[in-house]
Amino acid sequence: MAWFRKEKKPREPRRERLEIPPDVWEKCEACGHTDIREKFVRNAHVCPSCDFHRRMRAHEYVGILLDTDSWEETEADLRSVDPLNFPEYPARLKKALGAAGESDAILTATGTMEKMPVNLAVMDFAFMGGSMGSVVGEKIARLGELSLERKFPLVIISASGGARMQEGVLSLMQMAKTAAVLSQLHDRRIPYVSILTNPTTGGVSASYAMLGDAILAEPGAVIGFAGPRVIRQTLGQDLPEGFQTAEFLLDRGMVDQVVHRHQLKKTVGQLLRHMSGKPAAAGWETS
Amino acid sequence: MGTSALEFEKPIVEIEKQIDELKRMAEEKSMSVDAELAPLVDKLQAMRAEIYRTLTPIQRVQVARSPRRPFTLDYLRLCFTDFIELHGDRAFRDDASIVGGWARLEGETVMVIGHQRGRDTKENLYRNFGMPHPEGYRKALRLMKLAEKFHVPVLTFIDTSGAWAGLGAEERGQSEAIARNLFEMSELAVPIIATVIGEGGSGGALALGVADRVLMLEHSVYSVISVEGCAAILWKDGKSPETREKAASALKITAPDLLELKIIDGIIPEPVGGAHADHAAMAQTLHDVLIENLDELKRLKPEKLIHRRREKFLQMGRYED
Repeated sequence: MAWFRKEKKPREPRRERLEIPPDVWEKCEACGHTDIREKFVRNAHVCPSCDFHRRMRAHEYVGILLDTDSWEETEADLRSVDPLNFPEYPARLKKALGAAGESDAILTATGTMEKMPVNLAVMDFAFMGGSMGSVVGEKIARLGELSLERKFPLVIISASGGARMQEGVLSLMQMAKTAAVLSQLHDRRIPYVSILTNPTTGGVSASYAMLGDAILAEPGAVIGFAGPRVIRQTLGQDLPEGFQTAEFLLDRGMVDQVVHRHQLKKTVGQLLRHMSGKPAAAGWETS
Repeated sequence: MGTSALEFEKPIVEIEKQIDELKRMAEEKSMSVDAELAPLVDKLQAMRAEIYRTLTPIQRVQVARSPRRPFTLDYLRLCFTDFIELHGDRAFRDDASIVGGWARLEGETVMVIGHQRGRDTKENLYRNFGMPHPEGYRKALRLMKLAEKFHVPVLTFIDTSGAWAGLGAEERGQSEAIARNLFEMSELAVPIIATVIGEGGSGGALALGVADRVLMLEHSVYSVISVEGCAAILWKDGKSPETREKAASALKITAPDLLELKIIDGIIPEPVGGAHADHAAMAQTLHDVLIENLDELKRLKPEKLIHRRREKFLQMGRYED
């Protein structure tokens, strides 16, 4: 048999071929840096290359802010209904429930942060653009009431395009409702820290988001009353560079600090200790 | 009725023309036309009643926005006496899209604060179409705190398509100004009555609307978003009559809808043909309703007032538990 006709034995692969499914890669929206998803996740969704703060899900914020295994979700059973028989709303809700895997645009939890008891609400932009309807308002109100009951500080992380128009004026009234709860916390001297993430606009920014005893914002977050698109429309021209970013708001005196996501827990902890008469955390005494 | 009549009011305008014509003829020829006039006047009233009894939501939006309706300053002239306007937020400037000051209602001092639109282009530019900047809301808050200091009730009039969306407004903290008002109004220690007299547009309206009694004039509207904005976002078309009509119905913005949803506490009836058909009659009704509500609220101690006001807003919302 000629050598070229020789039957080849299939060669044994030296090792298992690396199977890389396509969804393992993620690309930074700001700089285009591509990396494996795991690396973004481990870095709290901050781009390892350009420091851009990407959107993060509500449960992930709970993970980086509250002490591990210290917390439990509250009012997880509250569900949105369709009070106005608004066209397509039930279908949109159903789709959001399936896609986002959260029960609504907010997650509320009670737990500890650097061993301090704290009540935390985190909005989830993935659920209908973080829109505020009756459930968002009610969950904040109940968490606020829990804070009044137990004298726990309140922390709210906002990420929202505004009120949920499918619930009409009911959603508008959630602005008044949350403000009413916060005024009670104020009277009882219970600290409230508001954290603004990308984006915080409309009815959310014009209510609890702007009422913190301290207001922090993530770098680069778009924050404003009207969205950039609406303002561009009324102006008929492009907006100045950096308009409505966290850094712009800091410059105009609207927020206390712009804080890197990696520093968020430490900064909130420091603020809460100051405002609730607790001694400094270890490592802060001398600095 | 002039040039700015609404489309569905055309039949009314037609009869009004006939009446005017008849009157003019009578004058010219100095003869009596009472016999001809009477049935026309009856017909006019019947038509007004019929048209206004069956207004659709989008027609109510048009009525609410009409420049012929009475504005805050009209009510100040017609329902109140001894008004002295107070200007400025003490920080940046005076915002003419919100007016306010001391006035008397049946002799008793009250603080009146309201959005103010303009009737013509010149006045609208001065009033910024009744769309306030942050300094407008901060002026309003300053006046509310002033009223609280002297134990004087606050009466607000809501009449805006919304808070202004622009560079200066954002720069000076539109969100914060509105949020602060919601917060402070929920613990103001004097009675507050808010009345939607025209269009109640979103957060810019609510910033004067956290009150013990929230009332709406019969044909006014109150909405989380403009019908145009809603239609543009949901159906990519904010201009066509069909999508605007659809949005107006879907959003449930009329006074009867909002009373049913327990968002407002009462509806103030308008004269036949709407508030713009008879400013004086509208003002009289409003005057009486305000006095009636104020008498009830004045009996409550401040703590009780605040408690009930907060509870009312805390109850708002529909969800499944």
